[in-house]
Amino acid sequence: MTNALKNKLIDNAFKVFGIICTLFGLVILGILIFNIAEVGLTRIDWNFITSLPSRKAEKAGIYTALMGTVWILFLTAIIAFPIGVGAGIYLEEYGKKSKWANFLEINISNLAGVPSIIYGLLGLEIFVRAFNMGGSILAGSFTLALLILPIIIVSTREALKAVPSSIKDASVALGASKWQTIWNQTLPASIGGVLTGVILAISRAIGETAPLIVVGALAYVPFAPSSPMDEFTVMPIQIFNWVSRPQHEFAVNAAAAIIILLLITFMMNGVAVYYRNKWQKKIKW
Amino acid sequence: MYKNYIQLKMKRKTNTILTLILGAIVVLGLASCGENTEKNETTTDATALTGDIKIDGSSTVYPITEAVAEEFRAEQPRVNITVGVSGTGGGFKKFSRGETEISDASRPIKDKEKTACEENGISYVELEVAYDGLAVLVNKENTWVDHLTVEELKKIWEPAAQGVIMKWNQIRKEWPNEEIHLFGPGVASGTYDYFTQVINGEEGASRGDYTASEDDNVLVQGVSTDKLGLAFFGLAYYEENADKLKLVGVDGGEGVVLPTQETVANGTYQPLSRPIFIYVSNKAAQKEEVISFVNFYLEIVPSISKEVGYVPIPSEMLAKQVEKFKKFVSKK
Repeated sequence: MTNALKNKLIDNAFKVFGIICTLFGLVILGILIFNIAEVGLTRIDWNFITSLPSRKAEKAGIYTALMGTVWILFLTAIIAFPIGVGAGIYLEEYGKKSKWANFLEINISNLAGVPSIIYGLLGLEIFVRAFNMGGSILAGSFTLALLILPIIIVSTREALKAVPSSIKDASVALGASKWQTIWNQTLPASIGGVLTGVILAISRAIGETAPLIVVGALAYVPFAPSSPMDEFTVMPIQIFNWVSRPQHEFAVNAAAAIIILLLITFMMNGVAVYYRNKWQKKIKW
Repeated sequence: MYKNYIQLKMKRKTNTILTLILGAIVVLGLASCGENTEKNETTTDATALTGDIKIDGSSTVYPITEAVAEEFRAEQPRVNITVGVSGTGGGFKKFSRGETEISDASRPIKDKEKTACEENGISYVELEVAYDGLAVLVNKENTWVDHLTVEELKKIWEPAAQGVIMKWNQIRKEWPNEEIHLFGPGVASGTYDYFTQVINGEEGASRGDYTASEDDNVLVQGVSTDKLGLAFFGLAYYEENADKLKLVGVDGGEGVVLPTQETVANGTYQPLSRPIFIYVSNKAAQKEEVISFVNFYLEIVPSISKEVGYVPIPSEMLAKQVEKFKKFVSKK
């Protein structure tokens, strides 16, 4: 009896501990959102989104920063998606168990731990200088794509791993080649997981500031980029710039911009969850 | 079963929300496109200049240059001006490679940077555009500090003070036997370079055991909440937070002077006031849009610098800069 009671107590204690752990992050996020919303929510209006940067806090807007972020987002996705998924497929389906693949794997894990500013320096030397892209959106996107590649590769591999081997075996048994099996069976079955990984990786990329500053993103850009070779600024740089101003009104602008950046991140995470659910529902093994 | 039902319901809800959000993005995208073309169409008079002007450099000068660029855009909307904040040194690096037309600087160009410019065949003109004062500050509740001399500041901040000067009464005997907490700009800033140069006698030499931040608002926060704090940073940050901080007068050998718009502009607040500059390259000075921009800059910079928290350059000094630039342009 006492033993059972003791076990039950431990059980409950662990449950409470688990709840506290879960709430910890959520409460902090809640405080952050509340704090920011209290300061910045009233500042958000249509003008704030469509105005150019300005020295007058009440006139300043995020138009160019938002457009820069959107450009960076799409280009980074376009670059990182095929490379990351391709590498993931190779490592999971082709290069398994060879020494070479092992070596690659360890290094990809290492890459995931490299501080983002180092990617910025790498991007500066390779894309900006060696490839002569200058401080353009393209150079920034390549740098961020490098930064999120390890995340995409790892999540692609996880998604591919989750496909039951019976499916692949059946496909091969029916005479399909390896590529046919991957293209027609494995990939469709895992695309939800793959996409989720890609979207989460990209929503990490849009919060990055340090590597883009090194690559040459600017602080004041009064026009929206019209090509990948244009100079640019992004939301986090705009926010940083406003926060460090002496006038308090800029802090309000920063809060408002943070809300919009958060909205974009939430939206992207929402899309990721949506696709994961959608594909999971479609697949019946 | 029930659980499944809930999940299904929630999923449906997220679906609607997602559709709404996606709809909003599309609308936003379309609307901003529309506005953009409108803006471009309004600017087709014959005198309109076109071109790009790339500016980079000091974050101290940035607010002024940004403001001037903003005003210039109202006059010449088809000249695309971009401003970066790589720092004075980073800005000169780009300037000497010919990557930028104008460089913002919170200190004069160094010999090493001069050589780099010469090697790439770039000559330039240096124009003073405003003054900046470095303020020394303590907490509002600090009752003991009335002023500091340059020697005392040196005693506090010099490299040898690290781990040695830790209490207020080590600076002046009658001050309390309590710890002193120091706040200052990070080593990458021109403000730090300047302060160490004039106080410690060598650029970049100071104690390392102080709270450093590139963001001056962090320093304001620090010293305004710490009774034992002492900080230095740009005068503009004091003026915005005057209710939270106590300004300390500095004695540079000719009596105690408080930094104000007047004492910084007329040079009596010494040694902690400095001019800030823009540098224009010779190649840029051949371009119509750059000439027009720099002239515009010199024309409106006194009122702009006041607005963004700096001390305006006196009119006779300004006239000299205008003359200097005119000569530089006509030399070609």
